[in-house]
Amino acid sequence: MDERAAAGGAPASVAAVFREEHGRLLAALVRRFGDLDLAEDVTAEAIAAALELWPVHGVPPNPGGWLMTTARRRAVDRLRRDKAYAARLAVLAVEAERAGPVPPVEPGAELPDERLQLFFTCAHPALAAEDRGALTLRCLAGLTTPEVARAHLVATATMAKRITRAKRKISEARIPFRVPGPDELPERLPGVLQVLYSIFTEGYAASAGPDLQRLDLAEEAIRLARILRRLLPAEREVAGLLALMLLVHARRAARTGPDGEPVLLDEQDRARWDHPMIDEGRAVLTTALTGGPVGPYAVEAAIAALHDEAPDVERTDWAQIVALYDVLLGLVPSPVVALNRAVAVAMRDGPAAGLALLDELTDEAQLRGYHPFAMARADLLQRLGRRRDAAEAYRTALAQAGTEPERAFLRRRIAAVEM
Amino acid sequence: MKYMLLIQANAVGADGASADCTVEDWMAYDKEVTEAGVKVSGESLADLVTATTVRVDRDGRRTVTDGPFAESRELLGGFLVIDVPDLDAALDWAARCPGARDGAVVVRPVADFGG
Repeated sequence: MDERAAAGGAPASVAAVFREEHGRLLAALVRRFGDLDLAEDVTAEAIAAALELWPVHGVPPNPGGWLMTTARRRAVDRLRRDKAYAARLAVLAVEAERAGPVPPVEPGAELPDERLQLFFTCAHPALAAEDRGALTLRCLAGLTTPEVARAHLVATATMAKRITRAKRKISEARIPFRVPGPDELPERLPGVLQVLYSIFTEGYAASAGPDLQRLDLAEEAIRLARILRRLLPAEREVAGLLALMLLVHARRAARTGPDGEPVLLDEQDRARWDHPMIDEGRAVLTTALTGGPVGPYAVEAAIAALHDEAPDVERTDWAQIVALYDVLLGLVPSPVVALNRAVAVAMRDGPAAGLALLDELTDEAQLRGYHPFAMARADLLQRLGRRRDAAEAYRTALAQAGTEPERAFLRRRIAAVEM
Repeated sequence: MKYMLLIQANAVGADGASADCTVEDWMAYDKEVTEAGVKVSGESLADLVTATTVRVDRDGRRTVTDGPFAESRELLGGFLVIDVPDLDAALDWAARCPGARDGAVVVRPVADFGG
């Protein structure tokens, strides 16, 4: 980072420069002091000190080391002042001695990356599912509480309460800051991946609000998946998830029209897809698919890749996509997967075949109120020329859709089939 | 750090065994927690039909009632207090508890008032 980046930029962009630093710093401090609140406070203080001092005195030769040392000193100061913490400091000091002295930071030396344990703590199954994503965005992506609140479409005060509650559980129930051992990893890693995937899907298809896509959120998820992949290079499902995100996110520019309305796959201008990102996604996918049984994210990524590689909907390898959905259903027997498979079957064998499969899913509780189900039915009914039934299904979808662009799109479809 | 494992086992027979775990399972588990040096205390509770509830109202009047008779599956069959480093360790011991197999084990940190 050069001096001008710290001194000259607008506050928001300077904050962005520190974002990457933030997660690392926080993770290292949590490791050192075993207290998330304390680590968050002194991380924020160290960054604030840097923003104040560096423009005047210049950026130190090892900015990361400077931030770490400053934060650590502040933490120790605070522990000394605070009676409640005094006993803990004694314990920490003993533990630190046992672990050996902390080596001085050499200029240019890399800070150890302790973020992996923070990923596992934030996604711990003992935390409420809705709080895991919030905590991950806050601690690892370095978002502020108002930003996390906006990401979850809730008021800042609500989000502040949720984050406080989650942190209190971590501290009082003593959820550890540790990377699960190899025997626990298969059980715990899917939870971490699920958190990142949930952040991504909310970015890809917002559940509510004025916009169909929330690109900043999707990009945040990709950034976190990249970090996780660096930390766990041997875990192929991490590669699978990153590949899936890249291969889907590559279509972002073509997924909405000039007024923010959704553009479905068959009408997307494929020239506007991000081809370098598709290439990257395919390269990552190769890793995910190589050497052993594949996981669900890799299979989904492979389906996304088949779409990305096709010149248009007609020349898409639907037979292969249906086969991959069969594999996916075997791994994740979910009605949503069955819905997507039915749509692929409709493309391979015609709308009647797809509709028959959709109708088998009508009683699935998970699909009740899930507007893509009603939309898929409407689309197949329309293609079969059953306009009145199609209009009714579009109306069902309209009542369930969460974003305004989708509702506008559905109203146009209804008008078209009722003409 | 101390955790209490509230063992919400399924209906247990007079011999202390339910359909999915035997008295031997419980004895083996008790031996494990004792030998690992994590057990602080623990008891299994007599059948719920023997339970009596006491309430004292604001005026100091005591009410004694028979029961409760829980209709749900979540009835406390016993407890175990263990002393382990963190929640993950506590959850591991809870998962190994025979009562978790067809019932549930609730893990509650024991409040620490700075003692």
